[in-house]
Amino acid sequence: MSVTSDDRSRAVLRGVMDADDHVIVSGPSIYVYEAPVRIWHWANALAIVVLAVTGYFIGSPLPSMPGEASDHFLMGYIRFAHFSAGYVLAIGFLCRILWTFFGNRHSRQIFYLPVWSGTWWAGILRELRWYMFLEKEPYKYVGHNPLAHVAMFLMFTLFTAFMIVTGFALYSEGAGIDSWQAKLFGWVFTYFPNSQDVHTLHHLGMWVIVVFAVIHIYAAIREDIMSRQTMISTMISGERQFRDEREG
Amino acid sequence: MAAATETFYEVIRRQGITRRSFVKFCNLTAASLGLGPIAAAEMAEALETKPRTPVIWMHGLECTCCSESFIRSAHPLVKDVVLSMISLDYDDTIMAAAGHQAEAILEETKQKYKGQYILAVEGNPPLNEDGMFCIDGGKPFVEKLKWMAEDAMAIIAWGACASWGCVQAAKPNPTQATPIDKVIKNKPIIKVPGCPPIAEVMTGVVTYITTFGRLPELDRQGRPKMFYSQRIHDKCYRRPHFDAGQFVESWDDDGARKGYCLYKMGCKGPTTYNACSTTRWNGGVSFPIQSGHGCIGCSEEGFWDKGSFYDRLTTITQFGVERNADQVGGAVAGVVGAAVAVHAAATAVKRLTGKPTEKTDA
Ligand code: HEM
Ligand code: HEM
Ligand code: SF4
Ligand code: SF4
Repeated sequence: MSVTSDDRSRAVLRGVMDADDHVIVSGPSIYVYEAPVRIWHWANALAIVVLAVTGYFIGSPLPSMPGEASDHFLMGYIRFAHFSAGYVLAIGFLCRILWTFFGNRHSRQIFYLPVWSGTWWAGILRELRWYMFLEKEPYKYVGHNPLAHVAMFLMFTLFTAFMIVTGFALYSEGAGIDSWQAKLFGWVFTYFPNSQDVHTLHHLGMWVIVVFAVIHIYAAIREDIMSRQTMISTMISGERQFRDEREG
Repeated sequence: MAAATETFYEVIRRQGITRRSFVKFCNLTAASLGLGPIAAAEMAEALETKPRTPVIWMHGLECTCCSESFIRSAHPLVKDVVLSMISLDYDDTIMAAAGHQAEAILEETKQKYKGQYILAVEGNPPLNEDGMFCIDGGKPFVEKLKWMAEDAMAIIAWGACASWGCVQAAKPNPTQATPIDKVIKNKPIIKVPGCPPIAEVMTGVVTYITTFGRLPELDRQGRPKMFYSQRIHDKCYRRPHFDAGQFVESWDDDGARKGYCLYKMGCKGPTTYNACSTTRWNGGVSFPIQSGHGCIGCSEEGFWDKGSFYDRLTTITQFGVERNADQVGGAVAGVVGAAVAVHAAATAVKRLTGKPTEKTDA
């Protein structure tokens, strides 16, 4: 295989050259996740960690602070961190949606499920079998594998939208009846007239997203080790590299 | 029966209330409605010149706590004035007339003040068995309600019962007690929730409507904004302790004695829209939180059916055992976490014991 300088520099980046500048692994590599998607992914992950931790402590506050009330603002800071991270999450999510108009095909994946595609359903089955140790190896996928795709759409995309809507509805209660938050998200209280229910649902939503994060991080690490393609580095560099050249 | 042309002012003068008291009443009410000093003059003017708006007060399934609250309005003047204004027409619990004589008043008001009177409803109609669970004057209350609503200008839904259903509508609601706005669809309805609503809020609403002849500005749920646009939590005097993170952790602990925030004791102030933390109760003497107990959210939709009064969040009954959001979510997360650990272990075992495939040395 002829090694172009471009190939070499890419390969060097991935550390797959030997000392004589020979490419040892030059498995096909495809640019999957463009920079905005990657930046969004990590900013979003960070925001969600902050939201889940602070949200938990809003629901079950820390033990009482000693001394005078005027000396502390603990709950205030926790809530402030939650709301700030909430804004990061919401603005990030909006930008991520906008990016689907400019980005590549993969940038649209988490926003819909190709339920009309037979191969996609078959792919889910095969991935399930792979996770049940019934397949010797998984298929290779450029974007998300079908099972990951389902989890991302159902547990991440839908619930993040849900958390943003309920979050801003709750925020509008403090911001006041004339705030833009109330104008944009106040309709939530048409369906749930008692905001206690919105608190409860927002709280349950946190657990859905926590469950998603647990499965997601485990799957990312596991696939990084077990599958025939790179995972975590793909979300860092954007490049997907395949570890063999067999088909299927 | 008052003639159509008689003004409110003429009525109270006839009742022996002085002009001085009348002006005081206008000032006081304007202030309690959050209106400026000019409004007091406008109010006096309106009450002196405009024909009085009749009020019919009906009772469905209820406990009369709304009436009880109303007649204990802080300022005796307010109570007397407003009460005389109402009992002149019809309130079957406190008026002197009874039987056919009383029912005749309804008929008369309906004809004489078509489209002009206010229908104030305390309690709600049960709809099951054609409304037979609440018979009033020989008829199901629901029929009486619909009949009087036909020609009313607007309807006041008093309290949690008329606004949301309250305890008689608690699951499984055998009588199918139903809030007013689910029965009457074609009239403006103002909800004044609370169990009971605060007296000053009630008199304020009645005065506003009878004075200006229109409903005050309402929020999304149909409640008057002037009293229900903020939560107990937004104006609670314990709020600094909330922001500082100082909570009562158990009844009678040190924090309770120091008046810390009752959030951890299940205070529903953060989800309850009412005027308690500003207006307070019994003439501004106190309100539940000031007495050391959390708010139970008595003015909120479904407050009777959402689990313990000592939990901020709704109890989730769908799983058989009563649980809260953290128990359900935590359990699911725990199971998933354990499953992930088992799966990881199985993967490791598989990988170590399995034949090395070409992919591992790729
Ligand atoms: C240490 C933590 C994390 C790691 C290592 C990680 C890793 C990854 C990897 C490797 C992918 C690409 C998957 C593929 O190629 O099929 C990915 C995608 C994704 N991750 Fe994470 N992730 C982490 C945390 C999170 C968190 C906390 C969330 C949110 C709850 C999250 C949400 C997502 C989403 C929505 C995608 C799809 C991205 C897209 O297509 O736009 N990740 N992550
Ligand atoms: C994945 C995203 C999020 C998670 C996991 C999360 C989690 C939580 C949790 C667990 C609570 C406590 C609920 C309770 O027990 O009453 C909470 C409260 C709240 N969250 Fe979020 N949240 C998220 C997103 C947002 C967003 C986008 C906003 C919008 C700014 C937001 C605004 C709020 C507000 C206003 C409260 C109520 C605070 C209070 O009552 O003092 N949240 N959140
Ligand atoms: S006592 Fe209740 S209403 Fe008052 S600050 Fe605490 S949680 Fe809010
Ligand atoms: S403090 Fe809460 S429960 Fe008590 S009267 Fe006011 S709204 Fe009702």
